[in-house]
Amino acid sequence: MKQEFKASISRAVNDANLTGALGKFSEAYKVNRAKAYEGIDFEELRGRIAEIKSSAACDLDALAESFKKNAEALGAKVFRTSDPDEVKRYILDVARRNGVRSVVKSKSMATEEIHLNRSLMEAGIAVAETDLGEWIIQLAGQTPSHMVMPAIHMTKEEVAELFSKEVEERIESDIPRLVKVARGELRPKFLAADLGISGANIAVAETGSIVLVTNEGNARLVTTLPKIHIALVGVEKLVQKFDGVVPILDALPRSATGQLLTSYVSIISGPVPNDDGSAKELHIVLMDNRRTEMARDPKFKQALQCIRCGSCLNVCPIFRLVGGHVFGGIYTGGIGTILTAWFDELQKSEEIQGLCIQCGSCVPVCPGKLDIPEMIMEIRRRLVQEKGQTLVQKAIFGVVNNRKLFHTMLRAASVAGKAFSSGKFIRHLPLFLSDLTEGRSLPAIAAEPFRDSFARIRQPKGLEKVVFYAGCLIDFAYPEMGIALVKTLNKAGIEVIFPPEQTCCGAPALYNGAYEVAAQNACDNIRVLLQQGATRVVSACPTCTVALSHDFARTLESVGQTGWLPQARELAAQTVDFSTLVQQLVAEGRLSFKEGEDLGSITYHDSCHLKRTLKVSEQPRELLQQAGYRVTEMFECDICCGMGGSYSMKLPEISAPILQKKLKNIKETGAPIVAMDCPGCVMQIRGGFDQDEAAVRVQHTVELLVDRLKD
Amino acid sequence: MYEQFKARALGVGAELHRFGTGGEAVSFILSFLQHEGVAEAPGSRAVWAESPFLAGLRPEFPGLSFAVTRELAAQSKIGISQMEWALADTGSLVQDQVAVEQRLVSSLTSIHVAVIATGNILEGKVALFQRINPSTSRYIAFITGPSRTADIERVLTIGVHGPERLIIVCVDELGGGRA
Repeated sequence: MKQEFKASISRAVNDANLTGALGKFSEAYKVNRAKAYEGIDFEELRGRIAEIKSSAACDLDALAESFKKNAEALGAKVFRTSDPDEVKRYILDVARRNGVRSVVKSKSMATEEIHLNRSLMEAGIAVAETDLGEWIIQLAGQTPSHMVMPAIHMTKEEVAELFSKEVEERIESDIPRLVKVARGELRPKFLAADLGISGANIAVAETGSIVLVTNEGNARLVTTLPKIHIALVGVEKLVQKFDGVVPILDALPRSATGQLLTSYVSIISGPVPNDDGSAKELHIVLMDNRRTEMARDPKFKQALQCIRCGSCLNVCPIFRLVGGHVFGGIYTGGIGTILTAWFDELQKSEEIQGLCIQCGSCVPVCPGKLDIPEMIMEIRRRLVQEKGQTLVQKAIFGVVNNRKLFHTMLRAASVAGKAFSSGKFIRHLPLFLSDLTEGRSLPAIAAEPFRDSFARIRQPKGLEKVVFYAGCLIDFAYPEMGIALVKTLNKAGIEVIFPPEQTCCGAPALYNGAYEVAAQNACDNIRVLLQQGATRVVSACPTCTVALSHDFARTLESVGQTGWLPQARELAAQTVDFSTLVQQLVAEGRLSFKEGEDLGSITYHDSCHLKRTLKVSEQPRELLQQAGYRVTEMFECDICCGMGGSYSMKLPEISAPILQKKLKNIKETGAPIVAMDCPGCVMQIRGGFDQDEAAVRVQHTVELLVDRLKD
Repeated sequence: MYEQFKARALGVGAELHRFGTGGEAVSFILSFLQHEGVAEAPGSRAVWAESPFLAGLRPEFPGLSFAVTRELAAQSKIGISQMEWALADTGSLVQDQVAVEQRLVSSLTSIHVAVIATGNILEGKVALFQRINPSTSRYIAFITGPSRTADIERVLTIGVHGPERLIIVCVDELGGGRA
């Protein structure tokens, strides 16, 4: 990563105003959003929206043509183009023809996308953004940091400073007063403007209507007072039918700001009368700018289902730390990364795609049913395809895939790091590696990997055999978790098989875009794991479980190795995570807990892959309760701990503050133990508490259950 | 339906009054103009857009005008209009505002007084969409509470570009159906 990018991240995470404002907002947002959706079946609603938008995306050209025909029949002028430069030329032409000297604009991301203001001002036309947030950033000479709240990164003091300069009078940083100043300053501009420019939130093909959703009332003035109105509309805003507007209006305000409906919604169909009795000149520009190309790409077509509510930004643990400007473009956050890769170019997303930690928080809240993490993975894949893996990456994957060599090297590094380690941890690393131990210690590597200890475990010969897939962390850093798992299953009369040929699950390669490497890992593991003659494969690492049960097939498909798919699916069907398997065994009466001991309070951290991909969150809690613990929930129990595999190594400046927040939330429960089902989270959180020196024990659920189960 | 509409409208910061007859509503509105100090002076005027329930009547009040122009609306403190539908689930008012004076009185003034037939309160958007048609209603306007913003530090602030107060006047005798 470039120094410049790293520096912008450091500036952002150290900007207390920014992280304070975003942090508070993201916490309030979750509450308000949930309240706004009370009594609404969100899954059903977003299913309808995804269907409406997806079928529109299949047929963009026809919809655009139908929109043009119907809007023109009502008297509007519709201009279709794929080229941003032509959009600007068209708008400048309209302005020139009509002698336009001043423009008022209501909020439009499409105009931001093509930097329309710059062109207008270069042509000597005065432009006033009238959305308060947009006006603030216009005065500040900045780009929006959030698609719904463009100036969320600024404090009222900074706004007061800007306004004071604009009106040449000292203005206090009192928010209602600042809003009054904006009303007073912009009102004459509205009344004097020759041209109003807006965007549109929805465009309806069958009626030629555009729908504008606002809170401030500026779009009503922009579309009423000037004699000319130009709406710039990205073709992804098209829907076929008029009643397609309803579900989008149901979701957009709820997801964007937690409102049931915004203060104003205007549905404009054709030109309306001006106040002097003339008919308004209404131009609607339908802009493509690579959207149709996107619709034809099977991996990215879903991006056109986006209704631009910004909820993916609002729930993102990274966005709330770094804000929007780090993303460098007009569109920010996860969705912004995808739009930048398309509307600008793939290379522009090279750095920002790395900001996604793949926690999946945005997936369940998206009203358009976009899978943003999946699309970002695809961007990674294409970047690697275009540029190839870096030498460092190649070297790393080479080692990771050779288990014996990997352990030897890790162990050597661990021993070499002895000077810096204490007991189970490496506290400090020298030189450029020191970032890795900033705020978190790394686990010392076990002297003997699980693969070697396993041979010495004496197991009863059971009728049923289950294959154990350990994954790197349990094998090399936490063999005790593997041993506890074997003991647990033995108590249910199950014999555990550990095929030593198993190799890395491929997640590190996959999450870095090296799909070919991940596919090789998939094949190697599928072969070995299916050979054992068992019907179930268990893993105590959710990332590995997801690899086996979800990623293998997808990866093989992506690289065209479809011959492996039947086996990949067979393995997927056999794969189960530790807590789910144990809960089943308890339900079947094959495992039972010792009775009558109160083990005190415990809190539980939900790991990203376990909760959001595998949808497992109740199972471990119930098991811990049955074991004798009282579960005290922490604040934001399912927010990422900041580990994200190699993420914490690439972006420790982001990973570390996320971890600090997690540690704080854990400590605030007062529970002396925090449980989780992921060895990666254990590594992150245990390492954090080691440096924090708080007396909180960090344990994998498997370690807490094993001794509480009857033999 | 009325109770839900009322709760939602109040929830988004609108004010609401209910009267049995159109006459009572007019008396209320005139006394409201008095209370707000409406007078024949820039910034203190009131404008009243064509409202079917007045049936051509033009109540007199100093500073109140029925001939709505952009200049008058911009100088007015209060704008009065009759809206066509109300939505119980969001507390919204809806009207085809293709006639420009309907837009001017409800967007340029500081206070918007909106008259609505109690019988025209619908459940929500689905019911509304069965009754409106964009090919004949060219500017369908939804108004839900006063103008608002949270663009500075996410603090909710009322009255940015549109009215800072929305006074809803429900009238029972106007009945249902199309106003």
